Amino acid sequence: MTLSPTARWMLRLAMAVGLAVIYVPLLIVLINSFNIDRTFAWPPPGWTTQWWGRAWDSTGARQALWTSVRAGLGATAVALVLGTMVAFAVQRYSFFGRNSVSLLVVLPIALPGIITGIALDAAFRSVVEPVGIGKGLLSVVIGHATFCVVVVFNNVLARLRRLGGNLEEASADLGADTFQTFRYVTFPLLRSALFAGGLLAFALSFDEIVVTTFTAGPGVQTLPIWIFSNLFRPNQAPVINVVAAVLIVLSVVPIYLAQRISADAAGGGRV
Amino acid sequence: MTARLSAWLYRHSRAGLAVLLSAPLAWLLLAYLGSLAVLFLSAFWTVNGFTGDVVRVPTLDNFITIVQSAVYRTVAVRSVGVAAAVTVVTLIFALPMAFFMAKVAAPRWRHWLVIAILTPLWASYLVKAYAWRVMLANGGLIDSILGGPGHGPGYGLPATVIVLSYLWLPYMILPIYAGLDRLPNSLLEASADLGGRGWRTFRSVVLPMLVPSIFAGSIFTFSLSLGDYITVQIVGGKTQLIGNLVYANVGAADNLPFAAALATIPAVIMVIYLYAVSRSGALEEL
Repeated sequence: MTLSPTARWMLRLAMAVGLAVIYVPLLIVLINSFNIDRTFAWPPPGWTTQWWGRAWDSTGARQALWTSVRAGLGATAVALVLGTMVAFAVQRYSFFGRNSVSLLVVLPIALPGIITGIALDAAFRSVVEPVGIGKGLLSVVIGHATFCVVVVFNNVLARLRRLGGNLEEASADLGADTFQTFRYVTFPLLRSALFAGGLLAFALSFDEIVVTTFTAGPGVQTLPIWIFSNLFRPNQAPVINVVAAVLIVLSVVPIYLAQRISADAAGGGRV
Repeated sequence: MTARLSAWLYRHSRAGLAVLLSAPLAWLLLAYLGSLAVLFLSAFWTVNGFTGDVVRVPTLDNFITIVQSAVYRTVAVRSVGVAAAVTVVTLIFALPMAFFMAKVAAPRWRHWLVIAILTPLWASYLVKAYAWRVMLANGGLIDSILGGPGHGPGYGLPATVIVLSYLWLPYMILPIYAGLDRLPNSLLEASADLGGRGWRTFRSVVLPMLVPSIFAGSIFTFSLSLGDYITVQIVGGKTQLIGNLVYANVGAADNLPFAAALATIPAVIMVIYLYAVSRSGALEEL
């Protein structure tokens, strides 16, 4: 399309402004973690690393981090198993209600989180608690897994569509049974899709706050819940800021891993 | 043994399907749809004002209260307004950015621009809302840019729209970028050959073909804003959205039935919205 030089420059400018808007707030958090002023006066009157030391010593933050990791791993494990199973069912079979199944998988993430949250809360209070099982970490895992299934499902489904059935048929022709084919042919081809889906599921769970608020038992504090409950305490603000800075820096890790995986997948595409 | 089982599964492919579907469907039907059903049912229950116990006798009282009270109507309208405003703001930012990424930037740059848009999605939601809380604070960065304490928007409804737009911007950019990426350049060239200038081509060729992608992005921005009650607590000052009312009724007021009735408002709006945009093929773009 023929764009005038002015239009090109306008678009370039829009992109630059957009990226600046996206990254400046994150940069400010990183800078403020060294701001000597407790209320983050701008520009910073001086610099210090004492907040990093205090954050490192914060037992609340450490415990919350550990809880988040456990909840994330649990939810990811459940999502991997369930998401892969649905993806196989939807891709390899045609059956009555197939579209409804796809919709059902997407629904937990399409509806606002607060609805999923209070629905699970209502179910726990009126169905599960009367049996004698209270809310705890397990209920958080159940809540998270419910909306994490969709990301594994999407990744595995896309991969299965691209693979087609030829390799599996070849494997069967060569005498492999269903399980051998899965183990030696299908699974290795799915591995990077499973990893990408699992990574995304873990990230979703790790960042989740709304569903967690409604499903966590007393005393169960994930990192987002801990951050939120300390957000309005002026005394804790510098420590929260350091935790935020750490999370921003860590967010590069999954992107890096995903890049490695997709490079891997591109290499595997030769098959 | 496995060989036999495998052969049996091959002959009875429906059995294989049943095995594959059993666990996921049991989970989603029991844990999710079951919970939604309980929630919907409990919207028709009430709470005994004296003992605080849930009275499981179906009545329409909760809904009547919501419809008759001006406060709930105002909050519902405000929430939909915020969700719509966030969708428009993200769209205004996303269109030129996605267009630049897909059609103007050099191909080797595209990959890195997509990564630059994706990376902040992995940074925590709370961290981003918090970053804006610090920037919007009295005497913070925004104030000092605009000329000193009190000159910025401060905390309130505008701040809520700004921060929600910031949070959901990548969700709008990515589907639009994907849509533009699929749009053949030959169409743009054909339009130019027929005399269409940049703006005319954009309006008459690009925009109509982007509608499903835009709707797909708007599902995220609209739904995520409609249920939000965290951001509004962080930067919204005293502003209340539906999410806050639902949250207050579950927590402080301990009136789950009333919270459930309130939650049906965003649920119904979202279902109508999903149905409306699904006709454009937006759901395939997700």
